[in-house]
Amino acid sequence: MTKTEKDIPAVELNHVNKWYGQFHVLRDINLNVAKGERIVICGPSGSGKSTLIRCINRLEEHQQGDIVVDGIPLTGNLKNIDDVRREVGMVFQHFNLFPHLTILENLTLAPIWVRKTPKAVAEANAMKYLTRVKIPEQANKYPGQLSGGQQQRVAIARALCMNPKIMLFDEPTSALDPEMIKEVLEVMVDLAEGGMTMLCVTHEMAFARQVADRVIFMDEGQIVEENSPKEFFTNPQSPRTRKFLEQILH
Amino acid sequence: MAYVRDSEAPRLSAPIGSIGAYAWAKDKLFPTPLSALGTLAIAGLFLIIGWNLLDWAGIRAVWSAPDRELCAVDGTGACWPFVFAKFHQWIYGLYPFEQRWRVNIVYVLGIISLAGLLIPSQPAKNWNALFFFVIYPIIAFFLFYGGIFGLPVVETDYWGGLTLTLIIAVTGIVTSVPLGILLALGRQSTMPVVKTLSVVFIEGVRGVPFITVLFMASVMFPLFMPPGVNPDKLLKAIIGGSMFASAYMAEVVRGGLQAIPKGQYEAAQALGLSYWKMMRLIVMPQALKIVIPGIVNSFISLFQDTSLVTIIGLYDLLGIVQAGFNDAKWKSPQTGNTGYLALAVIYFIFCFSMSRYSQYIESRTNRGLKR
Repeated sequence: MTKTEKDIPAVELNHVNKWYGQFHVLRDINLNVAKGERIVICGPSGSGKSTLIRCINRLEEHQQGDIVVDGIPLTGNLKNIDDVRREVGMVFQHFNLFPHLTILENLTLAPIWVRKTPKAVAEANAMKYLTRVKIPEQANKYPGQLSGGQQQRVAIARALCMNPKIMLFDEPTSALDPEMIKEVLEVMVDLAEGGMTMLCVTHEMAFARQVADRVIFMDEGQIVEENSPKEFFTNPQSPRTRKFLEQILH
Repeated sequence: MAYVRDSEAPRLSAPIGSIGAYAWAKDKLFPTPLSALGTLAIAGLFLIIGWNLLDWAGIRAVWSAPDRELCAVDGTGACWPFVFAKFHQWIYGLYPFEQRWRVNIVYVLGIISLAGLLIPSQPAKNWNALFFFVIYPIIAFFLFYGGIFGLPVVETDYWGGLTLTLIIAVTGIVTSVPLGILLALGRQSTMPVVKTLSVVFIEGVRGVPFITVLFMASVMFPLFMPPGVNPDKLLKAIIGGSMFASAYMAEVVRGGLQAIPKGQYEAAQALGLSYWKMMRLIVMPQALKIVIPGIVNSFISLFQDTSLVTIIGLYDLLGIVQAGFNDAKWKSPQTGNTGYLALAVIYFIFCFSMSRYSQYIESRTNRGLKR
C-alpha cells in the first residue's frame, strides 16, 4: 500500500449541515476519521448522533457540506452511494435481521447478490464470521429463535461478511437486556483490536474507555467536544459535557 | 421473613375432566344454561335445514329421466337429470362437439403443470413456472382458437361454460399479482409521475363497479374507435378483469408493504442492495406472506366476478347454466333450483380449494418463522 493511499481518511466530513423540514438537525459538522481509528460518539437523545452516522452511508441525505468516505464523495451520484455502501458496514439498534431468512442466508445474501460471490465461498466466509462472533451452531436457525444478544452478534457478522473497511454502530446495545450487553461488547472489542475503523454511537462508557481513540460529544446537532477518552472522562472541558457525564455516570 | 424452598413441588398430571372431549363440550358448548340453550337452538336449526335439503336434493329428487316429464310432477325434489344432460355444455359451452378434445388437452396440460407449481417439493420449479406462465398460455390459445396445423378456427363466441370462466379467472389471477405489485410499488414511489399514475389507475378502477367496466369495454369502447376496429369481446372482458383485479391486488400488497418495518429497508440498503433486489429478496417475500389471505380473497372475488361477463353476452358458467333453463325439453319448476345448486357446488369447489391451499401455504411459511 502506498503512502498516499494510506493517507486518505476513512471518513471526512466538512461543514455538514442537515435539516428535517425546518429543524436544523446537524449543524456544521467537521470530522476526520483516519484509517483504523475508533471513534465513540455520545450525547443526549435527539442530539443528532444517529443521524450523523446514518449520513455516512447515505441512509440519511445531508443538504450542505461534503462527506467523503474512503475517498468517495457522497453526492447524488447513485454509483457512489452503492460504492460507499459496499465499503461501510452498519449495525443497528434493533438488529434488523431478515426474519424470513436463516442466519446463514442473512449472512450470505449480500455477498451473493451484491458482490456476486459464489454461494459456497460466501457460506464458508459466513461460517468464519459466525465462529468469530461465537455462534456457528445457530447457522440454520431463524432470527426469531435467537436471543437479542445473539441476534446482534449475527448482525455484526452479517456486516463483516461484506468485508467492509469501516463499521458503523448505531447504539448496538441499547435494545439489549443487561446480561446480553457484554457478549456484544466483547465482539466489538475483538473487532476494534483487529484494527477495524469504527464509528460507534453508544453510551457504554467502559467500552469507550477501553477501545476508543477519540470520544465525540454531541448536543443539539453540534459536535460540542472531541477528546481522548482519558481527557474526556477525567477532564471534560465543556460545561455541557460535564453535565452529561454527571447524568450518565451516576 | 426469609423463605427458602427445601423440596421440589411435585409435577402432577392435569385433573380428570379438565381436558378431553367432555371438558371441551362443557367449556365451549354448555358453559352456562343460556349458552346451552343457544347451542341447542342452533343445532336444531341446522338439523331442520339439513333435513329439508336432504329431502329435496335426495329423497324426493328425480335421478334419471329422459326429459322434463318426471321433474314436472308436483312435489318432486331436485331434477338431477337436467344437470347430467347439460353437464358437458356447462364445461365446454358451445364449443363444437367434435373439437372438444382440444379443450381437454388444455385442461390436462393445465392441471399437470399447475399441480407441479403448487406442490412445494416439486424440484423443477423454474421450468415449470416458465411453462405455465409463458408457454402454456400460447399453447392453450392456439388449441382453443385453432387456425394452425390444420385445426379449424373456433371463434371466441363459441367458447363458454366453465372453460370460459377459467380462462378469464386464471388470466386475471396470473396477471393481477405482478401488476398489483408494480402498482403498489408505484404508489409508494418517490417519483411524482409514477406515483400519480399508479394512484389514478388504482383509485379510478376501484371507484367503478366491475359491471360498469365491462359495459364500457363492450358498448362504449367501439364508439371511440375508428370504424371496423372492435377488439374481441372476450379479449375486452379479460383485459377488464385483469385491470380490475390488479387495482385491488395493489391495495392488498400495499397493506403488506406497510407492515414491513423501516429497519428492513435500511438494513438492505446498508448492505448495498439495489432497490429491485431489496424489494425482491427482502421486502416482498415478507410483505406477500403477510397478505396471503388478502391475495387469495382477491382471487376468489375475481373468480366469482367472472360471472358478470354474462351481461355482455359471453356465456360463462353461470350464463350457460341459465341458458339451459330455457330449454323446452327440461323446463320444470325444479330445473332452476337444481341448476343453481349444482352451480353453487361447482363454484364452491374451486373457491374452497383456493382457500384451503392458501391456508396450507400460510402454515408452511410459518414454520420456524417467529419474529
